[in-house]
Amino acid sequence: MSGCSKRCKLGFVKFAQTVFKLITGTLSKDKIEDELEMTMVCHRPEGLEQLEAQTNFTKRELQVLYRGFKNECPSGVVNEETFKQIYAQFFPHGDASMYAHYLFHAFDTTQTGSVKFEDFVTALSILLRGTVHEKLRWTFNLYDINKDGYINKEEMMDIVKAIYDMMGKYTYPVLKEDTPRQHVDVFFQKMDKNKDGIVTLDEFLESCQEDDNIMRSLQLFQNVM
Amino acid sequence: MAAGVAAWLPFARAAAIGWMPVANCPMPLAPADKNKRQDELIVLNVSGRRFQTWRTTLERYPDTLLGSTEKEFFFNEDTKEYFFDRDPEVFRCVLNFYRTGKLHYPRYECISAYDDELAFYGILPEIIGDCCYEEYKDRKRENAERLMDDNDSENNQESVPSLSFRQTMWRAFENPHTSTLALVFYYVTGFFIAVSVITNVVETVPCGTVPGSKELPCGERYSVAFFCLDTACVMIFTVEYLLRLFAAPSRYRFVRSVMSIIDVVAIMPYYIGLVMTNNEDVSGAFVTLRVFRVFRIFKFSRHSQGLRILGYTLKSCASELGFLLFSLTMAIIIFATVMFYAEKGSSASKFTSIPASFWYTIVTMTTLGYGDMVPKTIAGKIFGSICSLSGVLVIALPVPVIVSNFSRIYHQNQRADKRRAQKKARLARIRVAKTGSSNAYLHSKRNGLLTEALELMGTPEEEHMGKSTSLIESQHHHLLHCLEKTTNHEFIDEQMFEQNCMESSMQNYPSTRSPSLSSHPGLTTTCCSRRSKKTTHLPNSNLPATRLRSMQELSTIHIQGSEQPSLTTSRSSLNLKADDGLRPNCKTSQITTAIISIPTPPALTPEGESRPPPASPGPNTNIPSIASNVVKVSAL
Repeated sequence: MSGCSKRCKLGFVKFAQTVFKLITGTLSKDKIEDELEMTMVCHRPEGLEQLEAQTNFTKRELQVLYRGFKNECPSGVVNEETFKQIYAQFFPHGDASMYAHYLFHAFDTTQTGSVKFEDFVTALSILLRGTVHEKLRWTFNLYDINKDGYINKEEMMDIVKAIYDMMGKYTYPVLKEDTPRQHVDVFFQKMDKNKDGIVTLDEFLESCQEDDNIMRSLQLFQNVM
Repeated sequence: MAAGVAAWLPFARAAAIGWMPVANCPMPLAPADKNKRQDELIVLNVSGRRFQTWRTTLERYPDTLLGSTEKEFFFNEDTKEYFFDRDPEVFRCVLNFYRTGKLHYPRYECISAYDDELAFYGILPEIIGDCCYEEYKDRKRENAERLMDDNDSENNQESVPSLSFRQTMWRAFENPHTSTLALVFYYVTGFFIAVSVITNVVETVPCGTVPGSKELPCGERYSVAFFCLDTACVMIFTVEYLLRLFAAPSRYRFVRSVMSIIDVVAIMPYYIGLVMTNNEDVSGAFVTLRVFRVFRIFKFSRHSQGLRILGYTLKSCASELGFLLFSLTMAIIIFATVMFYAEKGSSASKFTSIPASFWYTIVTMTTLGYGDMVPKTIAGKIFGSICSLSGVLVIALPVPVIVSNFSRIYHQNQRADKRRAQKKARLARIRVAKTGSSNAYLHSKRNGLLTEALELMGTPEEEHMGKSTSLIESQHHHLLHCLEKTTNHEFIDEQMFEQNCMESSMQNYPSTRSPSLSSHPGLTTTCCSRRSKKTTHLPNSNLPATRLRSMQELSTIHIQGSEQPSLTTSRSSLNLKADDGLRPNCKTSQITTAIISIPTPPALTPEGESRPPPASPGPNTNIPSIASNVVKVSAL
């Protein structure tokens, strides 16, 4: 019955509004045209030779990369929304937006809110063609959400939760509430050498280099291009 | 995969580095890039006009003519180019589809010519982008109507599935053309409404004199006759109202609707009149009530489309009308006040008070000018002329605004309705395609297990299903597989998930087969559950069972294969419903990853199965949609 009184009140308010509109003669407005994107940022990357010198890609690979990049982002920069949309296309089962958010901030080294082709290619160069040390450092940077140089349990929880979100609902075995937490505990046990609750870069590098699985899997995407 | 997004796959795979330190299990191996060849330009000669594009651009959609090996049939050895004897104008749109992932419909093009070209190139029209989709559908509908007009339908009677009596009655009321009885009822009620209205009018006409008394209106002279007419009409209206009330699907909504209120108001005075007999006090009120009988004329709006449209547009222009009224009121008050004070001085002035001046102001502003009240002082005359001049302006100005608002709102509503109808279909398409893409991965996973099992048994001469998937799909599946390994959970589809939930809650999951499977215990138990799931759902599917059977046989082979190391390819070993050749089915069916940026419904399979309706939420229709989604999702 409380819904009834609420509805009555809503109805009364609406009625009063209608009467008011009638008296003051407010005409119904046209739908506001979507404001044109005033910020048509257009960015052209540096020359091909420069990029080839800066990264570990060949000219041909850079060409292929740029064609794909330009196709999705004709303006030359990716903003977070587009980034999330593109990344979500690869994971139709679940919700890839949080992981894409962390990825975007790892790519956007200057924290400007947009990723240019140079940033994109630099990061890819590290991930695909870099040394193990560089890759691990990049991954550490990804996990360190607030970029303070340390990974604490909350940051790791966020990352792991984002990874599990990508799985979606329909998994086998069924995802339980504390699965991410358990995963993070295992991770911290392995990584946190001095058990002080945070993982520094050195601890991270050391622990990863000790683990054969991780080392092997880092080489997995070597020939992706 | 959509055009540009495929190019981002290397980036997505590189970003998977973020999962590596978190994962506890080893990652699966990456698919090898077998035929790594340089991207080459190919020339397409369409009726003399040459188009050039990269080979990989065309290979984005391997289920179309240009993306598959079918185009080799059109290869001209002498000129080393592909020659198509088709319309180059439409080919431009087709090629743009490969380039951008969006198919556009050029407005100048004839709809049937366009459809023919799309059919030739193996592209489904459903993937036309949203920008051109409305136009395409409109033209298609016009064309279909033209075709329907050409062949007159012989079968007028539509075979209606069993509607309840109540529903048939409601349909008869709402649409009188459904049956003869409804039509009769429609005309009878219309006739009686007319009779009732005319009676009301006529009974006030003075009707000649009865000798010895003054002139009487007809109503009093032939009161019995009029009373009988009135009774008859009211009885018909009451019966109609009660029938509508009975047949209405939602009685509450019906009672609140405008038409039913009009009905009630139209017949109430009669019954109240019956109840109140010749009581002097209330007979005055009773006479007033008779006024409401005139509302019977509004019952005509059920019979007249135009009245309904007028009513609707008035309602939607209420704010503009309100504004007009408000501005008029303001002007009236201003001028009435001014006239009153101007005429105060003159003697025997009719402008006794401001409200009395209202009448003069209204009559003057609307340029009626009855002349019963005229100003006599000079000031009064001056202000009176100003009043009449401004009256013209005040009334004339908002009227065009209202009229243009009418037409704008009317057309807007029509477009909004159309878009609403299409939006539901569009969302359904997106949903269907999305399940299609996730199911493609699951299906290929099953096939991957199958090929692994076959490899285990050493049957090298078979052409494995895995080879027919493109490199991009295998890479994408590898990426998803890595994610599964990182989180130690697997992707399954929706009804398996529900099945697992039910089984885990009921705890009677038959795991008889699982001990017999040697490798990958976790994965193959799910394979078992899938298989048992399939057998239960097979009877419900209404597709030709070839596809389902082929999938079932795949999982069957897996299970049987690991039990019997010496698997022979003879069909006798498959003791499930295996009539068709398994191998040919394996070879011909192609699975394409259906990652989309545009909605795509399940495609036509080569056998020309009809595609299931896009919105198929029921669990018993999921299998058919999954089956046809997984196999040959075209144009991706």
